[in-house]
Amino acid sequence: MNEDALRTYTAGLEQLARDLGLEYRPVDFELVPSSLMTEIAVYGLPVRMPHWSFGVRYIHQLVRQAMGHSRIFEVMFPGDPCHAYLMDGNTLAENTLVVAHVLGHADFANRNALFARFHEMAGGNIIGMAATHARRIDRAIEEHGLARVEAVLDAALALESHVDVTRALHREPYPSRAPERKAREPDPFRARFERLPAAATPEPPAAPQRLPLPPHPEYDLLWFIAQYGPDLEQWERDIFLAVRAESLYFYPVFACQIMNEGWASYWHARLLREADFLPQDLYVSAIKAHSDVVRPFAADEQVALAVNPYHLGFTLWENIVERHGLEYARRVCRDEDDFGFVRNYLDREIAEKLDLFVYEERRNGEIRIRSRDLAAVREAILAPKYHYGAPRVAVKALELDGTLVLEHDAATDARGLDQRRAATVLKYVQRVWRRPVRLATVDARGAKIELEA
Amino acid sequence: MPERPSRMMAETPWYELFSRGARDWLRHNQKVREAVRSNLSELLAGADFITQPQNRTLLVPVRFLEHARFRLADTETRHGAGQGEGEVGRLLRPAHRREERGAGDAGTDGNEIRFVLELKVDEIVDWLWEEMKLPELRPRRGAALDEPDYIREGWDRRGARSRLDRRRTVKEAVKRRAVQPSPLPFTNDDLRYRQLVRRAKPAIDAVIVFALDVSGSMQEEQRRLAKTFFFFALQGLRRQYAKVETLFLAHAVDAWEFAEEEFFRVSGSGGTVASSAFWLARERLAARYDPSRYNAYLFYASDGENAVEDRAAATEALGELAVALNYLGYVETGAARFRPKATEMSEIFAALRAKGLPVGAAPLASLDDVWSALRLFFRDPEGRA
Repeated sequence: MNEDALRTYTAGLEQLARDLGLEYRPVDFELVPSSLMTEIAVYGLPVRMPHWSFGVRYIHQLVRQAMGHSRIFEVMFPGDPCHAYLMDGNTLAENTLVVAHVLGHADFANRNALFARFHEMAGGNIIGMAATHARRIDRAIEEHGLARVEAVLDAALALESHVDVTRALHREPYPSRAPERKAREPDPFRARFERLPAAATPEPPAAPQRLPLPPHPEYDLLWFIAQYGPDLEQWERDIFLAVRAESLYFYPVFACQIMNEGWASYWHARLLREADFLPQDLYVSAIKAHSDVVRPFAADEQVALAVNPYHLGFTLWENIVERHGLEYARRVCRDEDDFGFVRNYLDREIAEKLDLFVYEERRNGEIRIRSRDLAAVREAILAPKYHYGAPRVAVKALELDGTLVLEHDAATDARGLDQRRAATVLKYVQRVWRRPVRLATVDARGAKIELEA
Repeated sequence: MPERPSRMMAETPWYELFSRGARDWLRHNQKVREAVRSNLSELLAGADFITQPQNRTLLVPVRFLEHARFRLADTETRHGAGQGEGEVGRLLRPAHRREERGAGDAGTDGNEIRFVLELKVDEIVDWLWEEMKLPELRPRRGAALDEPDYIREGWDRRGARSRLDRRRTVKEAVKRRAVQPSPLPFTNDDLRYRQLVRRAKPAIDAVIVFALDVSGSMQEEQRRLAKTFFFFALQGLRRQYAKVETLFLAHAVDAWEFAEEEFFRVSGSGGTVASSAFWLARERLAARYDPSRYNAYLFYASDGENAVEDRAAATEALGELAVALNYLGYVETGAARFRPKATEMSEIFAALRAKGLPVGAAPLASLDDVWSALRLFFRDPEGRA
């Protein structure tokens, strides 16, 4: 691949992007070999903490790539500057497309409120942050041995999704006492009431109450364990917080996937279309690559049992821009995440145009189309995204003997947890918590059960 | 607006150097081996390498380890969003036929990848024996001071280049330079070589007698169990101690000595006179293995049946052996649960044990018991109850 040509096209695309009103922090592109791309896809980051579970994903990824099911074009990390990795084995046309796509991502990350909030909390250098975590963990392995560090990572990574994304990255511990009641605002009735002759002396205010721990169900399990684990050493707490920081960083990417990929696809299509400096044959190859990515089904299929976020997002954005104009689309970009985006902008007309449906899979493997109802389709698309894709498990209490009491919100999730896996996770947690750990959920019949480790 | 243009870099030398994915994959495999190791008895049960010891490796199909997460329980039906034409109710994928269904979890993990772990038999035996020692091992008085050994001792100014002690040499040089006005960095006088000294070490010799009942009452399955037990006992002892002598005896009415490779293929018929094997053992031990030099052990495998008229003789022979030997181990093959009454042999062993002699007995009803029998006999003496 001709790197100088790619540089020239990149400069041209950037100029064009600015003319079209894209606003973004600068992007550092890096051409890397496919082996590193695979690792970035597996670890989520170029340098990340070691853990055996990544090794399993790595092999799965290699197998998928060998079978041709998975091809990685680009990985992009929003920040200041943003970092984007391109595969040096891809063609010039493909990489030109990817550069345009990345500029769309960078614009999105700069506009979207959720991205902005996490950017503000975590700073602009996730890659550096993750590398620092990895280094600290390597040092911990040297100091405390692989077995101990692995036990901590087993627990922390198993709870990776269990963070409270509405809270700040740096959270203060709970106030240990309830805030004192503020004196009431003086109002005329009260003033007159107090002047009544027989008014008894008001009772002295009650002593401030000790709050139970946690004062409310706490869904940020990683933070709670790091903060309140009775027997954790400082380096163990640090590992929990490191995993939590990385998990929080990934949340906007997770929660805006359809919008983000759609927006980037919209812009790569538009930038390429309007880039008159690109040679014609390169444009054609790039657009061919575009239609390979932004399409509902694999080449020889008529039906897909998944909705391609690139295709769905692209269609929705084209529609929004067509109906309401670009400025409106940019406001949507700022205000929504996938939940609002799909619910507000996936209407009946588009759903029918895209032939979206809900399917039902039985235990015996049989799959049928179950519904084409719009509300059902929206919820089926969004269902895997609730609560960061994890069951709602909260810390209910920290008992006096240090027992950690967890509770699964089975009512909201509509069923109980997979007990075998839950028991294993409890075991992971118990090894680090070092006191009993209990978890309440329901079984298949809906009866309350309690697991213990 | 970007305050500076974006950059395009193509210089990325550092990641070619190592693969983190491969590193974590190796760690995963190591954990799989550990998991397999902690389930050794299952592994032994499934394997047929005892009868074919020339197959030195064992292929164990394993699944990937799963890093568990909280997940909702599976339900009868699963819903998802899809895209494509078709009426509601259209069949998109038919149910699996029975034979297509894997042995694994139904449904959800359709494209599960399995891999095959290759274990060396030597490795398995190593695992088994890591925590074991010969029971009641003690140096015999008057044991020959042989097994010479080289021990590192002291330094010299001359020696073989491979034994140059650099650290020590530099120390000498530093000392010399500290007192000389204009020193050379190194001189030949600074060189120091490690010296080796030949020392004799008291030997710990052991002889082990394996006695097997091959009479008609021993079923093929029972013999196989006994052989399995002997196989692992022998492999392990060989590994643990450089000098272990062995003696293989089999008996029905009479007893014979066999070579190792024949021993595991012996089968016989007829009645059972256990004392014949014990007398033969005593005779061979006395002839070949000087009790002042050798620690002696006997392991006997039988279905517990013995001719009633042989009871007195067997008791006497075993009584003598129990006093003379370091340890007597007895494995009783066959399902003990079908025989509520103690067998002839187990009664004799129980009586010897009651006298405080170093004997032990273990049932051997299934392959799982091989493992527990080995544990019982070979546990570190300190750990023995």
